[in-house]
Amino acid sequence: MSSLSAKIQDVFNEPACDKNRGKDAKARKQGCAKPLTPGAAAGGCAFDGAKIVLQPITDVAHLVHGPLACEGNSWDNRGSASSGPTLWRTSFTTDLAALDIVMGQGERKLFKAIRQIKQAHAPPAIFVYSTCVTALIGDDIEAVCKRAGEKFGLAVVPVNAPGLAGSKNLGNKLAGEALLEHVIGTVEPDDAGPHDINILGEFNLSGEFWLVKPLLDRLGIRVRACIPGDARYIDVASAHRARAAMVVCSTALINLARKMEERWDIPFFEGSFYGITDTSEALRNIAELLVRKGADRQILDRTETLIAQEEAIAWKKLEAFRPRLQGKRVLLNTGGVKSWSVVHALTEIGIEIVGTSVKKSTLEDKERIKQILKDDNHMFEQMPARDLYAMLSEQKADIMLSGGRTQFIALKAKTPWLDINQERQHPYAGYDGMVELVRQIDLAIHNPIWHQVREPAPWDCQADVKDELQGTESEAATLHAAEEFAGPTAGDFGEC
Amino acid sequence: MSRILSQTKSAAVNPLKSSQPLGAALAFLGVEGAMPLFHGSQGCTSFALVLLVRHFKEAIPLQTTAMDEVTTILGGADNLEEAILNIKARTKPKLIGVCTTALVETRGEDTAGDVADIRLKRAQDLPGTEIVLANTPDFEGAIEEGWAKAVTAMIERLTRPGEQVRQSKKIAILPGWNLTVADIEHLRDMIENFGLEPVILPDVSGSLDGTVPERWVATTYGGTSVEGIRELGTAQYCIAIGEHMRRSAEVLRKVTGVPYVLFQSLTGLKSTDRFASLLSAISGEPVPAGVRRRRAQLQDALLDGHFHFGGKKIAIAAEPDQLYQLATFFIGMGCEIAAAVTTTDMSKILEKVPAQSVQIGDLGDLETLGANADLLVTHSHGRQAAERLGIPLMRVGFPVFDRLGSQHKPTILYQGTRDLVFEVANIFQANRQAPTHDELYPLGKRETPDGPRPPPLTRP
Repeated sequence: MSSLSAKIQDVFNEPACDKNRGKDAKARKQGCAKPLTPGAAAGGCAFDGAKIVLQPITDVAHLVHGPLACEGNSWDNRGSASSGPTLWRTSFTTDLAALDIVMGQGERKLFKAIRQIKQAHAPPAIFVYSTCVTALIGDDIEAVCKRAGEKFGLAVVPVNAPGLAGSKNLGNKLAGEALLEHVIGTVEPDDAGPHDINILGEFNLSGEFWLVKPLLDRLGIRVRACIPGDARYIDVASAHRARAAMVVCSTALINLARKMEERWDIPFFEGSFYGITDTSEALRNIAELLVRKGADRQILDRTETLIAQEEAIAWKKLEAFRPRLQGKRVLLNTGGVKSWSVVHALTEIGIEIVGTSVKKSTLEDKERIKQILKDDNHMFEQMPARDLYAMLSEQKADIMLSGGRTQFIALKAKTPWLDINQERQHPYAGYDGMVELVRQIDLAIHNPIWHQVREPAPWDCQADVKDELQGTESEAATLHAAEEFAGPTAGDFGEC
Repeated sequence: MSRILSQTKSAAVNPLKSSQPLGAALAFLGVEGAMPLFHGSQGCTSFALVLLVRHFKEAIPLQTTAMDEVTTILGGADNLEEAILNIKARTKPKLIGVCTTALVETRGEDTAGDVADIRLKRAQDLPGTEIVLANTPDFEGAIEEGWAKAVTAMIERLTRPGEQVRQSKKIAILPGWNLTVADIEHLRDMIENFGLEPVILPDVSGSLDGTVPERWVATTYGGTSVEGIRELGTAQYCIAIGEHMRRSAEVLRKVTGVPYVLFQSLTGLKSTDRFASLLSAISGEPVPAGVRRRRAQLQDALLDGHFHFGGKKIAIAAEPDQLYQLATFFIGMGCEIAAAVTTTDMSKILEKVPAQSVQIGDLGDLETLGANADLLVTHSHGRQAAERLGIPLMRVGFPVFDRLGSQHKPTILYQGTRDLVFEVANIFQANRQAPTHDELYPLGKRETPDGPRPPPLTRP
């Protein structure tokens, strides 16, 4: 555990992290782990975070060393897409039983599990994840992995991020450390070129990176490794020969990017493929970094030409939504708005942002929010479920964009909702992705069910009609009233 | 009697199990005003929560004691106390259901002692809130055991002990976890049809039935009332459904003297007949016309449906009681059980499963053993195996996250059995292949006289 503690201190002291830079020395030393409140905590653990970051590597077998729940309750729940191998979707766990724990058979079982997977699937690598229980009973997964790797002749990578080490975000970072320590740089590619880049922290959710990759292809830029979305083990192992890198989800893998710069001189920038201007900016930054590293300057012109074309098309497509979405009010309730340019594109076509969570935002982010929202009352750290429900019930927003955690607060408040987190069904990256996001907002807001579910039942609001009906004596009158109720649509009745 | 084959692999491949604390949480979710609390690291709760939400498509009340490295070393009693007080202050629940996890059980926490201390020390902070503990380490059992332990714990903690004045019309029902919301609703209707008054524990039909409450409720918004659990001893009879509910029924009898009858399954004509006869005997009423009509509908469904079932090979992976329920259903329709896979070897029902053998295992085993089956029957995680094998999948149990409405599907009594017949027959009809020349080619079959399915020969 001591090396784990050292590693945790190390990832908390990340000089390239905006948030960390904003703190004084004392605050920095405390790390970014927020103390959890028992009975009022939400969110995953370090193991969860580590698995999220590594699991989309498609041809690797991911083996979870622990009792059932860690893997059994969590597998097959992420929407990353693969263009080939499917092994990453097969779940492997040592499923430790009481006897394994009591008798101290964990390490043996792990070793045998590695052999079993090697024999059945012969993957290029097996990633082994520690969990609370195996950390607690002191299983030395690093030693087992080393021994198994030598014996079976494949890469066996220990991922030491037990749940009790801390939050999901810490786990993201520990996953990056595992790649750095055991994977990246272990294979020398024979095809390294001047236009090779890495994309870090891109998960290819719903295949959305495939909305971006063709743009890079068009520019002659090769993605050496996209980590982890749709990656192969060998891509990651030879990622150290890229000329430049882009960090997409900076909170997760900034430490990896910085250390790769230190070790292999791969310059990086933080960018986003969400939103039109951010996508353009990202393409520009990639081209500039490559030129700085010796690529032909022509790529800059090619990039500008492509950006001009693609932006023109995207804005034209978005403009078509203005009549339907002008003045609509959006509540953004996500861990931190990941891309200002999404907000920018929404406001550009007349959508209002009526509130946003700033839980994970930096000071700089907050300044930008103030400028965009013109009213910092709309910023909140984290809204309790009850308040969020009240706000939505009073129809203070026309739609909420958030992650699955708050989905049912919106739906029970009869408010349109769109998933913009990891479980989402639609690709939102790149120029076409932004258009898709706006299209989905339009579809959600204008779905005809909202009128139906918000109308109270007729017997709850048409007291007078009901009385009349009960009061009628003659058959003809009853028939007449019945016909009225059977009228063509519910909309024919007056407002309640 | 089937042979029980224990697991020999070191790595479980595509787990069949969901964890034991999840099962306990599910039982607590069937109580009104409840908040289940996992005593473990926050990932334990987060994973279970996400899975429950994916299945029910509902906001699920579930909290964590958020154990970290330090508290794991120093002990979790303070975290447990703080969590209980925080939950009390924020959501004012009537019941907090504490479920332990592998983390605290491996550590060897005396959670029962801690809970007793907290009840005593914080009595003035916790008026109107009951705390019930289920010891449910993840390294044992699965949903079934967790559910049963939680129900037993609630009876032990809450039900007023001693012989009490019995209400002649009152029946206590202890349903197994594999009954859906629709099943519970059906069960209640049928019992009420006989003029009896059921008290159902747990009652997920009140809390996980997917309605839209008029206000935000942080705990469960319905289910068995705590008062109802206290008064279980005034029931005339107890009916338990599923072998895993035997212990709960026995504890109820021990505590209050209420006798019980156990139905291992309520699916199928025969067991529903037994159930209806029992209700008739308890109530002294004849079987009502509505129930007779449902029975006739089931008879007709059996007649119409059986063409699609005969000789079909079924591969099932489910928790023990559900495995028994489904295997007996399919056998009763003329199918063969090609593979039976289950989660744990702790249930007595396993030897009664009508299959040659029952494998304790995972969906990897189902995929191997069921490779030549006509139908796979398991939860949504079986979708990958079904896809690879090209065999249709019937989704049952938990979790079902890639289809809507699994909670509203009846699977028991005359009506539920009727609907199961239709569901399966429709799956077979939807997947029927048009006959081909090669498949039927009689001379090709000569070479493999015993093989049930010769590979089609290519025409030269």
